[in-house]
Amino acid sequence: MATHRCNIFMLAFVLCGLTCVFVREELVIRPLHSGDIYASFQFRTLWDTDFLRGISHYRLFPKSLGQVISKFSVRELHISFTQGYWRTMQWGQPFLPSPPGAELWVWFQDTVTDVDGAWKELTNVLSGIFCASLNFIDSTNTVQPSASFKPLGLGNVTDQRFLRYAVLPREIVCTENLTPWKKLLPCGSKAGLAVLMKSEKLFHSSFHSQALHFRPVCQDWKCKSTVLELRQTLNVVFDLHTSGQGKREWSLFKMFSRTLTEACPLASSSKVYVDVTDNPQGELFELSPTTPLLSQVVVLGDRRTYSVYDLTNQATFGQTRSLNMLLRWRAAENMLRPLLHGERYVAGYGLQTGEIHTLMYNNHPYRAFPVLLLDTVPWYLRLYIHTLTVTSKGRDNKPSYIHYQPSKDRLRPHLLEMLVQLPPNSVTEVTVQFERALLKWTEYTPDPNHGFYVGSSVISALVPSVVAMDTNSTRECPLFSSFFPCKEESSYFMRVYTEPLLVNLPTPDFSMPYNVICLTCTVVAVGYGSLYNLLTRTFQVEEPSPGLAKRLANIIRRLRGVPLL
Amino acid sequence: MLRAGRPMRVGVGLKEVLAHLEAQVQQVLQVMSFSHSDITAALSDRVRLDYSSREGLADSMRAFKSSPGYEVTFSLLNPDPQSHHLHWDIEAAVQSYIQPLLSKLAPVADFSLDSQILYYAVLGVNPRYDPSLNAYTLNADSLSHVINPVEARLGSSAASSNPVLNFLLYVPDARHSPLYITDHRKNTVVSNAFSSPRWGGIMVYNVNGTELPVDINIDMTRVMGVFLAQLRLMLGVQSSAPPPGFLVGPCGPAGLADWELDRLLWSRSVENVATATTTITSLAQLLDQIGNIVINDNIAEQVSAAVASLQLAVGQLEVGNLGLALQYSKEAILQSERAFFDPSLLHLLYFPDDQKFAIYIPLFLPMCVPILLSLLKMAAEARQRRRERQDKKD
Repeated sequence: MATHRCNIFMLAFVLCGLTCVFVREELVIRPLHSGDIYASFQFRTLWDTDFLRGISHYRLFPKSLGQVISKFSVRELHISFTQGYWRTMQWGQPFLPSPPGAELWVWFQDTVTDVDGAWKELTNVLSGIFCASLNFIDSTNTVQPSASFKPLGLGNVTDQRFLRYAVLPREIVCTENLTPWKKLLPCGSKAGLAVLMKSEKLFHSSFHSQALHFRPVCQDWKCKSTVLELRQTLNVVFDLHTSGQGKREWSLFKMFSRTLTEACPLASSSKVYVDVTDNPQGELFELSPTTPLLSQVVVLGDRRTYSVYDLTNQATFGQTRSLNMLLRWRAAENMLRPLLHGERYVAGYGLQTGEIHTLMYNNHPYRAFPVLLLDTVPWYLRLYIHTLTVTSKGRDNKPSYIHYQPSKDRLRPHLLEMLVQLPPNSVTEVTVQFERALLKWTEYTPDPNHGFYVGSSVISALVPSVVAMDTNSTRECPLFSSFFPCKEESSYFMRVYTEPLLVNLPTPDFSMPYNVICLTCTVVAVGYGSLYNLLTRTFQVEEPSPGLAKRLANIIRRLRGVPLL
Repeated sequence: MLRAGRPMRVGVGLKEVLAHLEAQVQQVLQVMSFSHSDITAALSDRVRLDYSSREGLADSMRAFKSSPGYEVTFSLLNPDPQSHHLHWDIEAAVQSYIQPLLSKLAPVADFSLDSQILYYAVLGVNPRYDPSLNAYTLNADSLSHVINPVEARLGSSAASSNPVLNFLLYVPDARHSPLYITDHRKNTVVSNAFSSPRWGGIMVYNVNGTELPVDINIDMTRVMGVFLAQLRLMLGVQSSAPPPGFLVGPCGPAGLADWELDRLLWSRSVENVATATTTITSLAQLLDQIGNIVINDNIAEQVSAAVASLQLAVGQLEVGNLGLALQYSKEAILQSERAFFDPSLLHLLYFPDDQKFAIYIPLFLPMCVPILLSLLKMAAEARQRRRERQDKKD
């Protein structure tokens, strides 16, 4: 059966000609030292075609995405939806980082004449495809970073006029975003690894992130032709206490309430990797069913060992025709500290001014390396750039490259990009003071006392690695280690996102218009009425009225019909 | 059209020949020109017409409404990729069968072609096993439920707002093979396909596979023949039966005869003229309803341009230049829609009169109350004084 499948794919590879598409799917399971477990799905579709206007034929590539890409001349598209914040100090580094909320960055082809118009239409069309409110992306939260977001695919375009980056930290991710994302997979959610993606378990987790990455890549090591690559990734971290019921024992059924029964018939490779680096002799945890396949992969600057389950091989499923991996712990472990970590918070008091502090930790014992910090601050927090200070170890640390674009009220946000050298084993603090603006009363959201979100800062760096990285990108390596292109052997590319900020703006009392109307009407009525009465009243002499007791007695007598006092 | 005919005597003059043929020529022209059913179909959305029969109603609702562009999408549905490995050469089939027709229809509208393959897509109805045919059948009554679950996966174009014509080719899975469609009289349909008005068509393609998995090359000639016929129906090419004694000659490689194209141009122009007229009339009615609406100069220009285009279109139709008439009618629609959907004409932007009262009453009512009361008191006093004067006089 396996050889039969091999032959079909060899034949298909030879015969298919113009529209070759190959699908690979994989799942990586990495136990984290805090007791949680991290699962990362990746689905990759390669598509070899030129875009002809008006006629396009799709086989495994989704048609809705292909039409959008050809209409708007998109070269690279990266979109991610994340719920939760990735805790770097407890969980290590993710394979594919993403900030909380929705993030979208796009490189357009250089044939596009009106990039802003294309960007506006593209965000609206994508918000329809993914059922997300991406239509809130407009010029007030879009920036053009000059250095932090270089193309991840082929191409040496460096003109940032064709790049647009926007982040919506307030966006919530739920089942209605997962369903259209699953529809873009060739096998859907009916076969292969995608059967595990059931929303009632996936959203009951500490961290959930689904993303889509589209870029042109080389077809083979000679790089004579380019193909288009579509990667769909889903990262999820299940919590020990919420999903694991406190017991440090994880299985596929416990995480996803499903087991694997078959590979996607359209996929050329379908594998599950389990990280067993810290468990060479099985003294930390026990993995069952055992598998003879072991693979050593260099990822995130470290050489890790993985047990591999090949789903295209029927023998993997065993007698029960289903695969349910079980990891059971015996002892506790300690974790390697991540090399780069970032934090951000707002300091200050009151609703007039404040200070944004960004902390960058370099935990390498003896190597210093530079990082690019990208900060996008909305226009209603007016930054005072003359108060920008960068300090490491108590001393001033001058950045070697600063790109600052000031904001324009209601038009565009602040953009601050800096190249900072982080000394070894230190904390670098970037502080800048700001002033809060008073918005017009129609610009407040319906819940203004919740606060306003400021998107995460992005820290991009080439981190020195302990192990030599593999620069040959076309060898058959697993998808999770080949996402970021690797140009040098001694360092690897890493991107860290900080927390988003929640800032209170001075909020007016929204009931004031009603109060004003009531007060004005009352004052005018009472004042005018009294004045008018004073002016037009005629006075007559009257007998003094009797006392209270006599008046009450008169009322009673009138009721009885007796003559009054 | 050819006439299968009566033999003629040799050696007659030209006049007699023409007189002899006149009746037959009139019959041919009757068939090729615009008939009552064409007018009904073109105006059915705008004007309430009463229909003689249910088939007449169905015929008039089958074709798509006139639009400046259409998207034609061919989808192959494979519910069982594990056992069926399907290959279809859609690029070549579309190039040789569909593209000539669409090129010939270029003056009518812009077409864009697409195709896709959907895996694990099932029809919404479970077919029933018929022992007499030794096959599974889909009843004509259950056909209306077939489309719904598939439609969610087909995806209309995210990039344009043109109406989509969907043509689906369904290959039943191994457990429900072979699958036939039966009509109301329980006979199997020869082409094994059906179409849904203003949506598209579905064809069921049966494969014989004794050992699975089986590699199949789909016979595109048969499939494209059915889809081409359905495409003609969807686009409004009315086919009419020739009168007895006549044969219809084969139309060219495009699949559409010139006289059929002319009829299509004519009915499209009439439909566009009706639509543009209705739009401008609605705009005029809106102006009557809201008294203080502000009409910008550009909207006024668009409306007058639309009216001018309409008059030109109707003039060209009278003369008989169908291509020019269609072009003018398309321009008329574009201009009238641009005027009608202008954002400044939003109804909610203008205050209705009752809202104005609601703002001013709380301010002025408390002021008016003492004035009214004192007026009443003055009137009462005046009446009393007049009575006293009357009494004094008496």
